[in-house]
Amino acid sequence: MAEAARKTEFATAALAVRDLQAWYDESHILHGINFDVAPGEVVTLLGRNGAGKTTTLRAIMGLIAKRTGSVQFEGRELINLPARAIAKAGIAFCPEERGIFSSLSVDENLMLPPVIKPGGLSREDVLTMFPNLRERLTSQGTKLSGGEQQMLAIARILRTGAKFLLLDEPTEGLAPVIVQQIGRTLATLKQQGFTIVLVEQNFHFAASVADRHYVVEQGRVIDMIPNTEIQTNLGKLHAYLGV
Amino acid sequence: MFELLGIPPQALFGQLLLGLINGSFYALLSLGLAVIFGLLNIINFSHGAQYMMGAFVAWMGLTWLGIPYWGALLIVPLVVGATGVAIERLMISRLYHLDHLYGLLLTFGLALIIQGLFRNQFGVSGLPYSIPPQLSGGTNLGFMFLPNYRGWVVIASLIVCFGTWFAIERTRLGAYLRAATENPTLVGAFGINVPRMITLTYGFGVALAAFAGVLAAPIYSVNPNMGADLIIVVFAVVVIGGMGSILGAILTGFGLGIVEGLTKVFYPEASSVAIFVIMAIVLLVKPAGLFGRTA
Repeated sequence: MAEAARKTEFATAALAVRDLQAWYDESHILHGINFDVAPGEVVTLLGRNGAGKTTTLRAIMGLIAKRTGSVQFEGRELINLPARAIAKAGIAFCPEERGIFSSLSVDENLMLPPVIKPGGLSREDVLTMFPNLRERLTSQGTKLSGGEQQMLAIARILRTGAKFLLLDEPTEGLAPVIVQQIGRTLATLKQQGFTIVLVEQNFHFAASVADRHYVVEQGRVIDMIPNTEIQTNLGKLHAYLGV
Repeated sequence: MFELLGIPPQALFGQLLLGLINGSFYALLSLGLAVIFGLLNIINFSHGAQYMMGAFVAWMGLTWLGIPYWGALLIVPLVVGATGVAIERLMISRLYHLDHLYGLLLTFGLALIIQGLFRNQFGVSGLPYSIPPQLSGGTNLGFMFLPNYRGWVVIASLIVCFGTWFAIERTRLGAYLRAATENPTLVGAFGINVPRMITLTYGFGVALAAFAGVLAAPIYSVNPNMGADLIIVVFAVVVIGGMGSILGAILTGFGLGIVEGLTKVFYPEASSVAIFVIMAIVLLVKPAGLFGRTA
């Protein structure tokens, strides 16, 4: 199983990232990121602060101007496309800072991302999945609690029809009960056929939801650990993450 | 007849109406500036010139092509708005990676060029534009005589201001605009074409200025400096209301028009500086403006 996963072929991968390099102004952040994500998988990018995990997601999404290498999504090269074209190709992004708009109501935030293809969740599906939001629809977006804002940030990208999600630290700074709720949501989404790339600092959360873990260090992917082998690799992981 | 502090009611209501009319123009123009500033972060210094273009294009339409006032009211904002779209695409869009000051300098330069071209062509003495026949004459309201066209200016400005507010604050398209004003990068990452939205927003702001120009043509003389004279006051209005606030721009526009009118009644000597005094006070007490959000 693990070996098979390790050999995920370029052609069958939903996302294949090869030698992805990225720069913020003059500073070289990514030095050649390589990884694959198979359709229906939940994959995490683990690593210390500043390793380049967030930058990897932003580079895939086209939010970093200077980037080179290859990002193939469903066989299509994205590296030179603007962010809006990448969104239309079927990748949805939930940023670390959540990006809830304060000048929009909860409902407007929820309905903001345009539907890019059929097959997304309906507004009703989303509100059933996140019942807290239903009661707050007319509130100002940023009046929600941190946990509710995180749910709104995830909820709104489920409507678009994109089945490939990039989630940047969805559990950051949230209470354990909310983290559990987000974990259950991700499990449900996986069952519904969503493919998810997750950046995580919370190793225990990552282990509870993901199929495989890529370890990022100094702008490179230095290891891949299937979730089934995580117990035998705990020592190594602790060394990588410094936990 | 009653008198208020020794002021005859005719004078009071006359100046109030004049204030409301000035306020109608302040509101339309500062609204356009606020919409543009919100999304582009650029203070559109050519706004006054674009208002003047509105009046001139209306005059050209009537004189050369026989397009009546009512047609001009629709066509002129489209034509002048289209020049705005071209200016944004060809020039302003090249400056977004630079400091906002460059946008201000560019639009300021454009204003001087546009005014110069019109001055060269039409002189400075002003061209007549007659009030449309449906709105000539006036109505006796009992307490005052209301020229119909002036009443129409106030109503038209209120309708357009309310319509713009509604479109921005209450519709899907407006939600895109508000979201892009806050975080254009993320809105782009949702698949929305933000550069096109910026272009159309600038075009719309310019179209609002041109609409005000058409409204102004029959009451003010159509001359190349009409925008330059007005725009200084409008900038003060925008500063008082708070940059980028839609409702703030509308309410302050009308409010300050009325304040200015009342100053003319009670202390005429101060009427030309009243708005600037208010601006100074607001800047001291609430630098973000009455309706502005502090970052």
